[in-house]
Amino acid sequence: MTEIGTGIGTEIGTAALWTVIIGLGVGSFLLRFSFLGLIGDRELPVWVLRHLRYTGVAVIPALVAPLVVWPAATGGALDAPRMVAALVTVAVGLAFRNVIAAILAGGASLYLGLYLLG
Amino acid sequence: MTTKTTKSPYWQGMAAGAPFVLVVVPLSILFGVVATEAGLSVFETMVMTTLVIAGAAQFTAVQLLSEGAPTLIALVTALAVNLRMAMYSASLTPHLGAAPVRHKALIAWLMVDQAYACGMLAYERNPGWSVAQKASFYFGTVSLIVPLWGVFTFVGAVVGEAIPPEFALDFAVPITFLAMIGPMLRTQAHMVAAGVAIIVSLFLAFLPYSIGVLLGGLAGMIAGAEAERQMAHRGIAI
Repeated sequence: MTEIGTGIGTEIGTAALWTVIIGLGVGSFLLRFSFLGLIGDRELPVWVLRHLRYTGVAVIPALVAPLVVWPAATGGALDAPRMVAALVTVAVGLAFRNVIAAILAGGASLYLGLYLLG
Repeated sequence: MTTKTTKSPYWQGMAAGAPFVLVVVPLSILFGVVATEAGLSVFETMVMTTLVIAGAAQFTAVQLLSEGAPTLIALVTALAVNLRMAMYSASLTPHLGAAPVRHKALIAWLMVDQAYACGMLAYERNPGWSVAQKASFYFGTVSLIVPLWGVFTFVGAVVGEAIPPEFALDFAVPITFLAMIGPMLRTQAHMVAAGVAIIVSLFLAFLPYSIGVLLGGLAGMIAGAEAERQMAHRGIAI
């Protein structure tokens, strides 16, 4: 999802680009506004709330798992420094319940791993 | 936001969002560089980054366009990456749904992963907060990261220099997300949700357009809710 353009791509047409810019801007706003705007302060059913409690803890791992197992930078090949950094990040986050400590530990692990193994 | 009762949550929010500056700055520079390298003008890059404010979706759109993908595929795929925002919107609704519409429009425009994650954590820790205090906290979390997202996209777009691949910035987004997971895993039900989400997402990773991510997230939600229901049924405190 964060694959980086290699600069070898074709030239982007102006009409296509602006369609995507406007469409993505408006579409993203509608996705973000959807429930907040429509539901307002009405009570949601218990089963809906029960599911919503697990959105973040489900969607973020679902989003990140493929990025760890098939990293874009290595063309999708399993990569030891990135895998170790991922495990260190989650472990430190679990142990200390601190997001920034986890980010720093993960970053340090990644650079150390790339230095030692890369 | 100027009254004494809501000032404190605003600053708490800013403090909670501040660490993410370390991640947002390099990522936004990277987006500026990538977008201009793909052929976008500085103006086009800035309009996109200001309107969309969603790194993963922006990278997806630019990547697909530069590969020559059809306009509709690029748009729909980038929107699919952002579908999780509808889930954030839904789960913020019990906390912020009663805010005035103009505030909700602003909350929607500024909705980013970090604001959502910080907000949900703070709202669970401060159940006594009013809607205004909760909104203040939310605006606090984005007060640094969203303006800096724009400013450093501009820097990246203007400088236009490729960041050497040995900096491994590709992994900044995964590390940010991974760092958020640990503190969220507070009960067995949370672990069930995350575990099922990961397994389903990986097994369905062959599906195009991030559909596997969406289905993995959905499966994880259902699994977590069901685990909570069964544990409550058996009288296990959660």
